[in-house]
Amino acid sequence: MSGVGSTEPPKSVGAGFADAGAGKSAAAAVTMTGLTKTFAKGGTTALQEIDLELQPGEFVSLIGPSGCGKSTLLRIIGDLVEPTRGTVLVGGKSAHQARLDRDYGMVFQEAVLYDWRTVAKNIALPLELAGWDRSRRTDRVKEMVELVELAGFEGHHPWQLSGGMQMRVAIARALSFDPKLLLMDEPFGALDEMTRERLNLELLRIWEASRSTVVFVTHSITEAVFLSTRVVVMSPRPGRVAGVVEIDLPHPRTADTREEPRYFELATQLRELLRGRTAEAVH
Amino acid sequence: MHEEVVEEPVLRARERRAWEPGNLLKRLGLTLLVLAAIWAFWEGYRAVWKATGWTRPFVVDDLTMPPMADIVSRLWEPLAEGQPPLIRDLLDKSAFTMREALAGFLLGAVIGFVIGVAMHHSRLLRRGFLPYVVASQTVPILAIAPMVVIWLGGKGLPVWMPVAVIAAYLTFFPVTINTIRGLDSAEPRALELMRSYAASSWEVLWKVKFPASLPYIFAALKISATASVVGAIIGELPSSIQDGLGGAILNFNQYYSLDPSALWATNIVAATLGIAFFGAVVLAERLVVRSAPEHVA
Repeated sequence: MSGVGSTEPPKSVGAGFADAGAGKSAAAAVTMTGLTKTFAKGGTTALQEIDLELQPGEFVSLIGPSGCGKSTLLRIIGDLVEPTRGTVLVGGKSAHQARLDRDYGMVFQEAVLYDWRTVAKNIALPLELAGWDRSRRTDRVKEMVELVELAGFEGHHPWQLSGGMQMRVAIARALSFDPKLLLMDEPFGALDEMTRERLNLELLRIWEASRSTVVFVTHSITEAVFLSTRVVVMSPRPGRVAGVVEIDLPHPRTADTREEPRYFELATQLRELLRGRTAEAVH
Repeated sequence: MHEEVVEEPVLRARERRAWEPGNLLKRLGLTLLVLAAIWAFWEGYRAVWKATGWTRPFVVDDLTMPPMADIVSRLWEPLAEGQPPLIRDLLDKSAFTMREALAGFLLGAVIGFVIGVAMHHSRLLRRGFLPYVVASQTVPILAIAPMVVIWLGGKGLPVWMPVAVIAAYLTFFPVTINTIRGLDSAEPRALELMRSYAASSWEVLWKVKFPASLPYIFAALKISATASVVGAIIGELPSSIQDGLGGAILNFNQYYSLDPSALWATNIVAATLGIAFFGAVVLAERLVVRSAPEHVA
């Protein structure tokens, strides 16, 4: 465990919202207005009129059945896909400008490590592109390797690591250049349940240490509840926001969080929203 | 807390072990065994066809298939009375041809790569010019070679220069095709990641697409390595170059009925040169791509 920044981890999310409440749009991490995405092929509407605002420091999960456009939404935020209509502002900038300013750290379902680079050089890649000099890169890589608990594996190649370790390298790489926004597209979807739960805990620890804003796509209800400060439930065809649920579980969360009654209540609430029933806690 | 480190892929470990001293010896033994088998097959074929008097597909005698011992021992006999053994002469000629082939190989590899990169980046170029790149290879090298010799000959260039250009002509094509294919082989997600880092297209090319294409490029270079030797040998013919293996082959061709073993011996030397080129590329691949496992491609 290393200390990236000496700031106290947030004890609860409530405080974060209070700060953000005042400035609204100007301070918002991401503001989506009327986002619509229609695919030219077959004219499928993947997303319809999405309005969402994410505050700095939030951990927001997008959950929904496959085909609800949650990945597309993430990719629009990250300027990998153009919306058909609507706008995305990231920290007040266009998504395009935010990408050029290297505001995004991205993690996909596969680790997408470069096989010809070692762990250290994979983590250093975004730093190389951002023009960091060698000694600064070395220092940061060391820091990141410790953050994701992979010290001793710097010289390994990706194919020498297990799936969980590969994913940790991907997360370290995404965080290495201190992006304002961490975009994660089902990062643990391909891992077994035990590895996934352990990495969930690690991700929370990393998030609390780095205090970045996270947008996290998942199809696991329990994962969404465990990780998030807010969960956006989406419905398919066309993809819309079916409801937003505040996850008021206290921080820091531990393995015991999964045993708490509130955890199960929230999971039930999400499950019902996903089934299309109206839940009382819709935001 | 750590997951265990996954074992080295079995195939990879096996291949690395193959380069340890004990295994190198084993491989040398295998090579000798295969050579012995070829020798035995050659002599066995001769014996059976001679004993039975079969005439199909051709009559076997010391002219059509000289005894292997004659071919090998021919290397140590002089070309004519009072001259050094044939092998000396052939090695000199090999060195000459090797220079042409090497220059052609390097020239062709660079040109092939540059064309491949250009075509990868421009659909217009690919659509417009790829058919002509393909067409260039359907024209027999024997038809191209005299023109190259006429165009480049007598310009104060070294005499082997046009031959190197002919060798390059055979070399560039596989490299171009596989460069295009290899650059395309980079994973879409890997490219999206580069996009999210706001990487320039130059950075994407050198840091992702080029490393991803290396297995493809080396596959092409292996083909090109042998093709460049063939190109150099054939290129010598219209240039009337007598200092290389091409000249020797042409010469021994004319005297085949008098001295068949000399041509066969020359062929063995030429084949060895091609194998050496191929081996050099394999070695280079091991050095360059050693960090990338086989499953990269």
